[in-house]
Amino acid sequence: MAYSDKVIDHYTNPRNVGTLDKSSHKVGTGLVGAPECGDVMRLQIEVGDDNIITDAKFKTFGCGSAIASSSLATEWLKGKTIDDAMKIDNMDIVEELALPPVKIHCSVLAEDAIKAAINDFRVKNGMEAIESEKVHH
Amino acid sequence: MNIPIYLDNNATTPMDPRVLEAMIPYFTTKFGNAASRNHPFGWVAEEGVDYAREQVAKLIGASEKEIIFTSGATESDNLAIKGVFEMYKEKGNHIITTVTEHKAVLDACKHVEKLGGKVTYLPVKEDGLVDLAVLEAAMTTDTILVSVMYGNNEIGVIQPIKEISAIAHKYGALFMTDAVQAVGKIPVDVNKDGIDLLALSAHKIYGPKGVGALYVRRKGPRVKVTAQMDGGGHERGMRSGTLNVPGIVGLGKACELCGLEMESEAKRLSALRDKLQNALTVLEESYVNGNVEHRLPHVANISFKYVEGEGLMMAMKDLAVSSGSACTSASLEPSYVLKSLGLSDDLAHSSIRFGLGRFTTEEEVDYAIEVTKKSVTHLRELSPLWEMFKEGIDLDSIEWAEH
Repeated sequence: MAYSDKVIDHYTNPRNVGTLDKSSHKVGTGLVGAPECGDVMRLQIEVGDDNIITDAKFKTFGCGSAIASSSLATEWLKGKTIDDAMKIDNMDIVEELALPPVKIHCSVLAEDAIKAAINDFRVKNGMEAIESEKVHH
Repeated sequence: MNIPIYLDNNATTPMDPRVLEAMIPYFTTKFGNAASRNHPFGWVAEEGVDYAREQVAKLIGASEKEIIFTSGATESDNLAIKGVFEMYKEKGNHIITTVTEHKAVLDACKHVEKLGGKVTYLPVKEDGLVDLAVLEAAMTTDTILVSVMYGNNEIGVIQPIKEISAIAHKYGALFMTDAVQAVGKIPVDVNKDGIDLLALSAHKIYGPKGVGALYVRRKGPRVKVTAQMDGGGHERGMRSGTLNVPGIVGLGKACELCGLEMESEAKRLSALRDKLQNALTVLEESYVNGNVEHRLPHVANISFKYVEGEGLMMAMKDLAVSSGSACTSASLEPSYVLKSLGLSDDLAHSSIRFGLGRFTTEEEVDYAIEVTKKSVTHLRELSPLWEMFKEGIDLDSIEWAEH
């Protein structure tokens, strides 16, 4: 299977690999997937004043498309408010990376990771977690 | 050194130029139908086929009359299993095989089940070998066939064929082996090993694709299989269809070359394989899958924990290898062979199969070592699981959201 140029680019030069201090109240962490399924994503956001995401980091265990999806997600998150970030849809990732149908689950996982990170931040800061309307599983 | 480097010789092998050379005349000047008995074109083609039959037979210690040419090992496996079942079902309806067989065997067995047969799929031990006591316990008076592969395609383990065939024969059953990965790589002898039927393929031994053979024993006992292809009654009535003369000539030549070079090649390849394996298992949390003592000389299957196989292969794009990772298959299930060794799914996802071959050089192996080490290290830096492992977090203690 051939990968798109954008997947290869993100895979070869992943953006924002790393770890934020998950104990900080400014940081939200989303850990999704399972080792048994062959992909685990950890996505972290650091949120500043006005609920704007100032930093995002990821680490991913998975195939090239999973790594690229999470790398792209961190790029998109920076500078967005957490409300806007909540609107990122997995199909946007599919489109941007030209993921084939068999790899759509990678984008779903990235969306789940974004939402999990935001909700972790919200709960930490006394806000309610937002239930996702979409059912992916 | 040409990039990318081919280390997937269990999937297929490049054709040896000497094989190609032997085949070429049979496409052009010696194009006759081997079944044309009444003119020289047919005779010449038939001579080529007869000679190839001897070459194939010699490699496995058989007689040339016991070789049935087919389109490949999948057909050979199908013919053997379905053909034996149909021929001997009055005698009994039970077949025993193992869970680590190639799909061609497993799916042919499933077909037999639909026809009313009973099939026992034996588990294997953690090292991939069949437990002889478990096999013996599964034998019944209805058992007509035991089918166990010689060498495994994914992990390379070599089954105790002689012991297995002895058990089959003790209970009056025939013994069949899918020997696709073993023939031409290690000594295989149908008489010493007690084999009644054996499937082999040309493209795994530096021959052409689309041709293989089934060995069918003629003496002690005389084995018969019901044809699965109806037609002109070629191949002693067991496999109709105009013979693929160039392919068969290529298979013969490939067998001859293996016979001549196998011993020195096995030594050379096992030294290179060991070099690769030793260098890669220096990496933390890397595990060799399957028995390492009873193993084909050119294969190493290694799991690099906390790194996903497909992601790893993408990093090692200059190496052509394969992975037991789900992402490499359409099914999204990791390798059933690795899982049947009791490997957890995450280790199965993290596996890479290195298959060396006749044209693999030491320079290539050195390069493969370097690329693999670099890629594993790189991907572990990206892996949240690796970070957790390094922090001493027990991954089993986490409630993963399975998706």
